[in-house]
Amino acid sequence: MIDTALTSGLGALGYDPAPESAALARLRPRYGLFLNGEFTDPARHEQFASLNPATEETLATVARASAADVDAAVAAARHAYDTVWSTMPGAERAKYLFRIARLIQERARELAVVETLDNGKPIRESRDIDVPLAAAHFFYYAGWADKLDYAGFGVRPRPLGVAGQIIPWNFPLLMAAWKLAPALAAGNTCVLKPAETTPLSALVLGEILQQAGLPEGVVNIVTGDASTGAALVEHPGVDKIAFTGSTEVGRLIQERVAATSKKLTLELGGKGANIVFEDAPIDEVIEGIIDGIFFNQGHVCCAGSRLLVQESVADEVVRRLLRRVDQLRVGDPLDKNTDVGAINSAGQLARVREMSRWGEDEGATRYTSACELPTTGYWFAPTVFTNVAQSHRIAREEIFGPVLSVLTFRTPDEAVAKANNSKYGLACGVWSEKGSRTLWVAQRLRAGVVWANTYNKFDPTSPFGGVRESGFGREGGRQGLEAYLDV
Amino acid sequence: MAPLRVVGDRDRGVVIPTVITVPTIANEVELRRVLRSGRGVDAVGVESRVAKLGTRSLKTATKRAAIDLSIAMVDLTTLEGADTPGRVSSLCAKARRPDPSDLSVPAVAAVCVYPDLVAHARRELGDAPVSVASVATAFPAGRASLEVKLLDVAEAVAAGAHEIDMVIDRGAFLAGRWGQVFDEIVAVKAACAPAHLKVILETGELVTYDNVKRASWIAMLAGADFIKTSTGKVAVNATLPVALVMLEAARDFAEETGQLVGVKVAGGVRTTKDALKYLVVVNETAGAAWLTPTYFRFGASSLLNDLLMQRRKQRTGAYARPDEFSGD
Amino acid sequence: MSERLDVLKTYKLVLNGAFARSESGRSYEVTAADGSFLANAAQASRKDVRDAVVAARAAQITWWRATAYNRGQVMYRWAEMAEGRRSELVAHVKWAEGLTTRAAQRSVARAIDRIVWYAGWTDKASQVLGGANPVAGPYFNFSVPVPSGIVGVVAPQESSLEGFVEAVAAPLCVGNAVVALASERRPTPALVLAEVTVTSDFPGGVLNVLSGRTGELAAHLATHEDVDGLDVSGGGEWSDELALRGAGSIKRVYRPRAHDADTPLRRLRTFVETTTVWHTMGQ
Repeated sequence: MIDTALTSGLGALGYDPAPESAALARLRPRYGLFLNGEFTDPARHEQFASLNPATEETLATVARASAADVDAAVAAARHAYDTVWSTMPGAERAKYLFRIARLIQERARELAVVETLDNGKPIRESRDIDVPLAAAHFFYYAGWADKLDYAGFGVRPRPLGVAGQIIPWNFPLLMAAWKLAPALAAGNTCVLKPAETTPLSALVLGEILQQAGLPEGVVNIVTGDASTGAALVEHPGVDKIAFTGSTEVGRLIQERVAATSKKLTLELGGKGANIVFEDAPIDEVIEGIIDGIFFNQGHVCCAGSRLLVQESVADEVVRRLLRRVDQLRVGDPLDKNTDVGAINSAGQLARVREMSRWGEDEGATRYTSACELPTTGYWFAPTVFTNVAQSHRIAREEIFGPVLSVLTFRTPDEAVAKANNSKYGLACGVWSEKGSRTLWVAQRLRAGVVWANTYNKFDPTSPFGGVRESGFGREGGRQGLEAYLDV
Repeated sequence: MAPLRVVGDRDRGVVIPTVITVPTIANEVELRRVLRSGRGVDAVGVESRVAKLGTRSLKTATKRAAIDLSIAMVDLTTLEGADTPGRVSSLCAKARRPDPSDLSVPAVAAVCVYPDLVAHARRELGDAPVSVASVATAFPAGRASLEVKLLDVAEAVAAGAHEIDMVIDRGAFLAGRWGQVFDEIVAVKAACAPAHLKVILETGELVTYDNVKRASWIAMLAGADFIKTSTGKVAVNATLPVALVMLEAARDFAEETGQLVGVKVAGGVRTTKDALKYLVVVNETAGAAWLTPTYFRFGASSLLNDLLMQRRKQRTGAYARPDEFSGD
Repeated sequence: MSERLDVLKTYKLVLNGAFARSESGRSYEVTAADGSFLANAAQASRKDVRDAVVAARAAQITWWRATAYNRGQVMYRWAEMAEGRRSELVAHVKWAEGLTTRAAQRSVARAIDRIVWYAGWTDKASQVLGGANPVAGPYFNFSVPVPSGIVGVVAPQESSLEGFVEAVAAPLCVGNAVVALASERRPTPALVLAEVTVTSDFPGGVLNVLSGRTGELAAHLATHEDVDGLDVSGGGEWSDELALRGAGSIKRVYRPRAHDADTPLRRLRTFVETTTVWHTMGQ
C-alpha cells in the first residue's frame, strides 16, 4: 500500500486541488456608484455584469455611469476639495491614508479573493503581490502628506484639485492604490474610473474608505465603460487626468486634454526586452524569464515579452525555458498552486489568439505548453515563439498575454540596439554576473525601469513609468508626487 | 527494501540523455576548467524562488503520500558523544517500525550513527529494510590526514555500514585547493565500496551559493552517490535555497552524464511543513525522479515524530499528543 | 573722406554644427523694432526641420554620453564665448526688442548669467532629481534622470534672447539635443548666440536653430515622431494645436504658466525621464 501512495504521489499526479474559498469575497449581487461617500444608483439605473473570466459566470452587476453621473462625481469631489480636503492639515490627511492601509491589510484575504475572481489572476499573486503592495502604497504616501515641503518642488506645493483617474484591468486594486494614494497625500480629491471588466475590488475599496471615515466626496468611484472614461477626461471640472492603459487610448486622451490646462500623466504599453548575457546565472535567468512574461498571464505593461538572449547560450536557455514552461500550472485561479490563471476577457483572448497567429504566419516557431486547459472560461496556454526576427509583429507589438518572443544577439552593443528598437520604453531586464556590463547596458537602455538579475519587481518607493510611447510621469517614490502637485 | 522509485515522470523531471559523457578529470587544471565553465548563482533569485515554492499547498491525498514518502526518506540520526548501544537500539526499533500502533507506516531509509556503533545497529536491525549509514572521515570537522580518514571509513565499512557519510575538507576548498577535495573524495569512494558514498559539503561553512554549486560539482565528478548539505554540527544547517542549488546541480549533472546523484538535507529539518517544502522543491526542480529514498533523504531525528503526528492527524482528523510517539 | 560702407552679415540657420542657408533657398525680411530693414534671414522649410532632427538624434547620444562635468564645461564655455560677443548681442537685442542700450545690456547680461546657471546644473540634476530608493527587499534600487532625447523648442516670440536661452539651456543641460525655432520676427539675437555654439565645444547638432515662419515650422516639429519633447512657449495662437499634434507621438509638452517662477525647474523636469534600476544584492 505504500507503493501506490508513493508512486502516485507528487510526480505523477501533481498536487491535489487547494482552492481558496470563493465565499470569502462576500460579494454583493449588485453595486451602485460610490458617490459622496455612499453607494448610489446611477442616474439612468443601468447595470452591467462583471464576469469571472475563469468560469464566465456573473459575479455581480455594477452601475454604468453616464456623463450625468460623472458630473455628479466631479461636483462631489470639487465640493470635498474646497470644503474639507485642501484645507485639512497634511498630518490629518496622512492619518486617513494610514487607516486605509491598515484596513486593506485587515481585509487582505477578502480582497485577494475578490481580485482573483474578477480578474482571473492566480490567488498566489493577488494574495502575495497585489494586495500587500496596495496597502504598502497607502502606507508610503501617507507619510508624504505632511512632508510635501521636503519633496523638492518648492515650499508649500499646492495640489491640483480634482483628479480624474482611469485604471486598467490587469491590477485593478493595485492600480487604484497607485493612483489614489499619491493624489490624496498631495491634497487632491479623486474620481476613480475602474476598468469595465474588473470593477469589484475598487468597490470593496469604496467600503474600506467608508470604514476609514474618509470625508464624503474625497474619493468617488464611477464604474462603467469607455464612454464613462471619456466623460471624465472631457469634464471641465477635472484638473488632472491620470491614465494607465493602452498607448492607443493614451494618445486619444492626450489629444483631448492638449488644449486644456489639465495636467496629464500616462502609463501606457510596452514591449520589454529581457536581455540575457552568456555569463548570467542560468537557473535564476529561467525563473526571471518566466516571471517576466507569465506573471499575471502576461497582462503586464512592463512584461518581458521580448527575450533577447546571447547567441552562444541561446540553445541552452531555450531548452531549459521550454522545460520550465511545461511545469507551469495553468488553471483555477483560486487554487493556491496555480501559476497562470485565466485571460481577463473574451476580447483579450481573441486578441492574444490573433496576434499569436501572426507569429506563425510570419514564420516564427511556436511552442505551446502541453497543459490541459479548463473547458469554460478564457484560457490561453503559455506560449513561446523562437526564431523570431526583429521585424516580426510579435517582436514589435504589445500582445498583453502569455506569449514570449525569443530573439538572439551577439554583442552588448547589438543587445542595446535591439532592445531600444521599439516605439515603447517602459521596462527592460538585464541578466549578467558582470556588474560593469550590466550598468553599461542599463545606462543605454531607453526605459523607465531596468531590472538587473530580476524582473517584475515593484515597490512604493520606486518610481515606475515609461519613456517615449510608453507614456510620461512616474508613479511611486518622491517622483510620484509630482503628478499630483501644481509644480 | 521495497522499491520506492517514482514512475510516470511525464516530462516533469530531467530527460536522461542516451549518450553518457562523464567528464574525465585528469588534473587540477582540468577540474578548474570544468568548474569555471559553470555559471554563478544569484542569491536573491534562489531565495525568491524557494519563497514562491514555499507557498505550494499540499492537500489530501498528495499530502498523505508526501508524509509517507518523507518518513521513508528519513535517515534517523544520532551523532552525540553520549551515544550508547542502548540508545542506538531504541533508535533502530523506531526506524524499522516508527509507529508500532500503525503498521501501514513505512520504515525509514536508514539509521545514521558513528562508526563504532555500526555493528550494533546492524545487529539490531537484522533483516529489516533499513540501511545503516555511518559518518566517517574525521566527522564533523574533517581535520585529519587522509590516512586517518580512510581508516575511519574502512572500519565503518568493515562493521557493515551500507552508506558512508563523509565530510569534505572545507579548509582546502576555501583555500582554493579544489583538486585536493576532489582527490580525497575519489580515495574515500574507492575505500568505501560496496557502501554508497554521501559527501557532506557543510554548506554552512561554504557560505555562498556559488561555493555550494561548485562543491556539489566537485563531489559528483569525484563519484559521490549522494551530496549532502551538512553535518548538523555547525550553526547553519540545511536550508531550502541551498537544497535548491544542490538539486539543480544534480539535475544538470544527470543531464550531462546520465547519472543520478542523490541529495540529502541534514540538520534543521524538524517539522512536516519543512519536509513538504523540500519535497516541493525536489518535485519542481530536479523532478520526480528524485522523489524516492534512493535519491533524496532527510538527515533528522525529531522530524520523524512530527511526521507521525501529522500523519495521524491526516487520517483521524485529530491532533495527537506528542507523548503518543516514542522519544527515540 | 567718405564713410566706410558696412559689411553686412547674412544670417543663416545653425544646423548640425554649421551655418546653412535654408534647403529651400528662401529667405524673409527681418526688421528692427522701429520697422527699419535689419537682415534677410534664412526661411527654414520642412526639410530643414527634418535635417535638424536627424542631426540632433545623432548628436544627442554623444552629448548624453559625455560626462556631466564635461557638459558643464561646454555650456560654461558657451557663456564665455557669448560674453565676448556681448556688444553684438546687445545691439541685436536692442534692435529686435526696441530697448534702450542699457535695458538691452541688462537683458544680455541676464541671458549669459542664465547659461552659467544651467551649466552648473549638468552635474547636479541627477543628485537633486534622482536618488536611491529604499525598497522592501534585497535590491539596490536607484533612480536617475535621463534626457527625453530631442526637444523641439518654439522659442518665445517677444523675449528674443532671454526667452530663447531659458527655453534651450534647460533641456540642453540635462543631455537633450534641441531643435529650436527662433522668434519669427526677432530671430537674430538667438542666431548670434547659436553661432557661438558652432565654435565652442558643443558636438555639432546638439543645438540647432532655425529661423522662419513659426506657424509652418512648428507644426512639422510637433508632428515629427522622432521629437520626444515640445516646448510651445512661442506658439502663441497655435499652442493648443501644437500640443494636440504632439500627442500623436506622446510628446512631453511644456506650456508656460503664470506661476512657473514658484515651481523650480519645471521646464527642466518636463524634459527628463526617471530611469529606475533594480539590482539584486546577495553574496
